[in-house]
Amino acid sequence: MRILGLYNYWIFIFLMMVGFYILISRRNLVKKILGLNIFQTSVFIFYISMGKITGGTPPILVEGSEEVIYSNPLPHVLILTAIVVGVSTTAVALALVVRIKEAYGTIEGDEISAMDNQIPF
Amino acid sequence: MINHLPILQVIVPLMAAPVAALVRKRGVAWFITVLATWASLAIAVLLLLDVRDGGTIRYALGGWAAPWGIEYRVDTVSAYVLVIVAGIGAIVTPYALLSVRREIGVKQAPLFYSALLLCLCGLLGITITGDVFNLFVFLEISSISAYALIAMGPDRRALHAAYKYLIMGSIGATFIVIGIGMMYMMTGTLNMADLARLLPSVGGRTVTVAFAFLAVGISLKLALFPLHQWLPDAYAYAPSTVTAFLASTATKVAFYVLLRVVFSVFGVVFAFETMSLHWALLPLAIVAVLFASLTAVYQGNVKRLLAYSSVAQIGYMILGVSLATVTGLTAGLLHLFNHAVIKGALFLAMGAVMYRVGSVRIEAMQGLAKRMPWTMAAFVAGGFSLIGVPLTVGFVSKWYLVLGAIENDMWLVAFFVLVGSLLAVAYIWKVAEAAYFKDYIGDLDVREAPLGLLVPMWALVVANFYFGVDANLTVGVARQAAELLLGVGP
Amino acid sequence: MSDQIILRVATKIIVPTILLFALYVQFHGDFGPGGGFQAGVIAAAAFVLYALVFGLRRTHRVLPTWVVRTCASAGVLLYGGVGLATMIGGAEFLNYNVLAHDPEHGQHYGILLVELGVMITVFGVMVTIFYFFAARGREDL
Repeated sequence: MRILGLYNYWIFIFLMMVGFYILISRRNLVKKILGLNIFQTSVFIFYISMGKITGGTPPILVEGSEEVIYSNPLPHVLILTAIVVGVSTTAVALALVVRIKEAYGTIEGDEISAMDNQIPF
Repeated sequence: MINHLPILQVIVPLMAAPVAALVRKRGVAWFITVLATWASLAIAVLLLLDVRDGGTIRYALGGWAAPWGIEYRVDTVSAYVLVIVAGIGAIVTPYALLSVRREIGVKQAPLFYSALLLCLCGLLGITITGDVFNLFVFLEISSISAYALIAMGPDRRALHAAYKYLIMGSIGATFIVIGIGMMYMMTGTLNMADLARLLPSVGGRTVTVAFAFLAVGISLKLALFPLHQWLPDAYAYAPSTVTAFLASTATKVAFYVLLRVVFSVFGVVFAFETMSLHWALLPLAIVAVLFASLTAVYQGNVKRLLAYSSVAQIGYMILGVSLATVTGLTAGLLHLFNHAVIKGALFLAMGAVMYRVGSVRIEAMQGLAKRMPWTMAAFVAGGFSLIGVPLTVGFVSKWYLVLGAIENDMWLVAFFVLVGSLLAVAYIWKVAEAAYFKDYIGDLDVREAPLGLLVPMWALVVANFYFGVDANLTVGVARQAAELLLGVGP
Repeated sequence: MSDQIILRVATKIIVPTILLFALYVQFHGDFGPGGGFQAGVIAAAAFVLYALVFGLRRTHRVLPTWVVRTCASAGVLLYGGVGLATMIGGAEFLNYNVLAHDPEHGQHYGILLVELGVMITVFGVMVTIFYFFAARGREDL
């Protein structure tokens, strides 16, 4: 039961491994970015589920009641920042892929590496 | 204004960046960049003078006291790194004017300066912050702007190099966030000083895993062997200014992050006794020194050669850390400064060759010593320092490194340091031989590089010799910083 | 898609609504969920929709590139300006207490201004990214 109770961490680990595997195994530059995004998303889930308290409400002050349990908002705020970072990274990565496609005519990592090695610089 | 120095250190380049992006004239953007970097250097020097006698400056952002708010914290270690980063920035930006005019289009130039300032802001922010999550944010500010800067390189391979760096860098950053998340989960705080207080009492497997994630993530950013794959291409194809800037700052700041996390957050006892970190770092550092130096010997592109040499130099720094003694750590910190001035000078010399010849392959350098005597002399002088010839900074840090190894009775380690230096002789000689003992074969009318490139380059070369002869200042600060990190001494 | 009358009319109705919603998210940010980042993205989405239906050329006429580029920089400067104002007021960077006669109002104004800066920057950056991706490889724009 303890293992099932920690299901959010299982999801986190599973997504992380899926993303990481895509990142390592794929040679296509866009697919790599997809893998990176899944990898980063797993961390978002990790942080968000960390702040959740069973029975906790959104951390907005409820007047007149003292015994309300609030969820921890800080991990959520932190992960908002991390999401912004992830979005910027993805934007830069996609921009690079567009430029690579224009310069090389392909987005397959193997073909690009082969072209790189042809000419000494 | 004087008590606002810690925040101004970050805000000045951060505010200068949008201004540089807004102006259309590249000359104006350049001028703003120079002003901002010199102001940063002035602030960093003032901060170092302030903490020189062992004090710590704390600055609560938004008036929220630590551990609730984000705190900026300047002690000897961070002030020392701040001066290095800001100093390299201040030397590289005047150089950028001519180099950028040659290598980067008119339209992109203001954006280039903007990205350079953002990168500087991120690097300074990493160094000054006392909050681990804030550290991650600054790390990504500097990294994302570094990806953009590298992609602006003149060759199309710069794009692919930047892409590879982006993927590796993002994996590293994500590992770091996971580590931070686990620490937060166990302690409920993000403030470094608070974490250091709480972590020993919680302990357990989560903290161990957090440490592992952080160590791997930072090693990726640091380009520690065998996670260095992104570095040679990124440095080889980036614009010359960017290579000089990143090679002397980015990995140094990552090294600083490693020190902070290992010594200030987790503590020496946990890192070296519970986790036996030195047994992971020591072999990797030695392999890095030998393997990267050997690879450097076989490179045909001098920027790539120097990039591999950077991987080896990172090995020396990590070697210093893995000794976990005051002398070892002093050597690591000294090499942080020394390698910044050495590699800065060497890459700036290569930038000048790029400016005149348009290539940095060894064949292109044949006979250049007669055409560009000052540039090649700077390269050879920097090379001497890299090898560790006495009277140069390279000698000082290697001396302390060997001393630290012998103190721990690790004669073999001391021997490997010397082997690394011999390999450095081999690859520097390759370039020097081509430049001095071959005849010029190209058909370009190559002349000496303009003063705008020579002055910053020689400023770093002079620093190489000045701090090599009079090492009191750097050794003093580095030793003080090492004692602070290890928690010994005054 | 500008020949599709239903899309055109629907877009003309939806775009102002999206912009209004963006402002709602923006100014409601200090009472409930919301804030500058979300608002900026929503506002940018309105222009992306407009560009999808009416084409990039007409969107450029409504919102020229130099405007979005200025937005991207101006937001950061506004954020820094608030920080500078608090420092001149004698407090720490971004300590809003000194912005008004009493700390409570100061906090209120401070967070609104900073979030406004965030919104302007995010809006500018998002639209810039869209413009550059959309205009790639098209010489006529």
